[in-house]
Amino acid sequence: MTDPRLEALLLRAEIEAFNADYCARLDRQDLNAWVQCFTEDAFYVVISRENFERGQPVGLIYCEGRPMIQDRAFALLNTAMFGPRYLRHMVSNLSVAAQPDGSVQARANFVVFEVLTDRPDARLLQVGEYRDVFVRDGEALKLRERRCVYDNLLIPTALCIPV
Amino acid sequence: MDISPEHPRNAGRLLWPGDDLTRIPDWVYTDQEVYEREVERIFHGRTWNYVALEAELPNAGDFIRSNVGPTPVVVSRAKDGAVHVFENRCTHRAAEFCRELTGNVKEFVCPYHQWTYDLKGRLQGVPFRRGVAGAGGMPKEFTTADHSPRQLAVTTHRGVVFASYAPDMEPLADYLGPEVMREFEATFDGRALVILGHYRHSLPGNWKLYHENLKDPYHATLLHTFLVTFGLLVAGNKSLMLADASGRHGVMCSAKSDVSKVTAEAKGEMRAFKEGMKLADARMMAFIDEFDSPWSVTMATIWPNLIVQREMNTLGIRQLVPTGPNEFIMKWTMFGFEGDSEEMTRHRLRQGNLMGPAGFLGLEDNEAIKFVQDGMLRVPGGEHLVALDPATPFGTSETLISESAIRGMYRHWREVMGL
Repeated sequence: MTDPRLEALLLRAEIEAFNADYCARLDRQDLNAWVQCFTEDAFYVVISRENFERGQPVGLIYCEGRPMIQDRAFALLNTAMFGPRYLRHMVSNLSVAAQPDGSVQARANFVVFEVLTDRPDARLLQVGEYRDVFVRDGEALKLRERRCVYDNLLIPTALCIPV
Repeated sequence: MDISPEHPRNAGRLLWPGDDLTRIPDWVYTDQEVYEREVERIFHGRTWNYVALEAELPNAGDFIRSNVGPTPVVVSRAKDGAVHVFENRCTHRAAEFCRELTGNVKEFVCPYHQWTYDLKGRLQGVPFRRGVAGAGGMPKEFTTADHSPRQLAVTTHRGVVFASYAPDMEPLADYLGPEVMREFEATFDGRALVILGHYRHSLPGNWKLYHENLKDPYHATLLHTFLVTFGLLVAGNKSLMLADASGRHGVMCSAKSDVSKVTAEAKGEMRAFKEGMKLADARMMAFIDEFDSPWSVTMATIWPNLIVQREMNTLGIRQLVPTGPNEFIMKWTMFGFEGDSEEMTRHRLRQGNLMGPAGFLGLEDNEAIKFVQDGMLRVPGGEHLVALDPATPFGTSETLISESAIRGMYRHWREVMGL
């Protein structure tokens, strides 16, 4: 029998690797690759802490299912008009709780820096917490739920790339 | 401060170019003194300013922090059920005493020296008013009744709360005029509102650009792929750019059309039109006809600080809070109605992807407004050209390729501002 501590460490490492890869896809703005982080029935929302704590459902981005996530990616890549920018997503303080049904609940803090190409500063676009449910799709972990709960209620101008 | 163009210091600086409204000078959008006059004459003047939805304050003691222009106010429901609006500024040392976004209280207590205010914003208690052991304390003639924060006039209609610094404002119906009121009541149709949540964002642009963007149907047919490709607002649609008699309010109205009927000529003019674009999940753009209105989309700009969004089934209030000539804050309150099924609520939420600072339309508008302010700040001293549709000098237009509603707004603005 394997040591449960070892299993927990492996799972934790796997989710850390997932999150690093997820961030890399967003940072290089490869949104089609980002879509592949989710299960077909995934729920993805970017929601203010204000709404989340009051039980109000409105999200900046609100996707029921991977097709809606795909539409988001398509629109941002092909139709949306916004100024050029670079982003860096940082994730830390991961906590992981394996569930009896095989899914994994996880939380982590995130920070997103945004640099507009005509400004010297990297501004803090978002700071918040991922509240996730992962499931296995074959060997790989995928997100069945990702709620990006952000603390800085006042968005500077626009949120163009997902969180 | 005298900013009239006649004043020697301002000679040539704040002069309106030409004798019509087709050119708007940059100083309208960038000048600090012009901004300060706007606060005094418009936001603190004879206007009804949106401050809250009644659904946010269902019970006695409920309050929210809000703004009239840049000025922070408290909106609270007193024990008698009436809604009160008063400045969020302690009359002792000016502290903005109400700090929570929302809540329920019995009274407001300034955290600095514990002066207390009741739910109507009246000063109730001053600690050590008589001093201690006969020494110290407030002057004998001090009365609490003379030291309450400034109270604003309040009116409500169909669950929407407005406030005014003018104590003798005309009724809201007269302020809006019958045509704008009809559109207002088409959206606020009597069903009780359910708050679905908020968006908040800052925007590095002048606050009037937001009004202009929604009095500018020309941009809507060009900038927004989602509007044109899915037939929400296309050149040639049945549409109306309504302005009230004063020119300050407006409603952009459009009836969703079958895009297959858009002419090749119109498609050719619209770079944003994506022939054959299909969504993987078409539910987002579905329209459930729930309103007694010929329009599937209406955007009402209610002077000076309110936008009412009825974009098919995604409904929202946008409250504009100017923070200077070059920046404002926008607070969005998205809502549905009591009696909405769970699926209808989710439909509204899915369709909400169009709007807000991450919305397919919303982020484009925010970026465009930023670009306009950038242009003025970096190449200063110029003017804007708003000359489309000369057949309509100002006011309501039935073609989307028009800027007459913007000109109508400036006709009003110049009169109020004396500029």
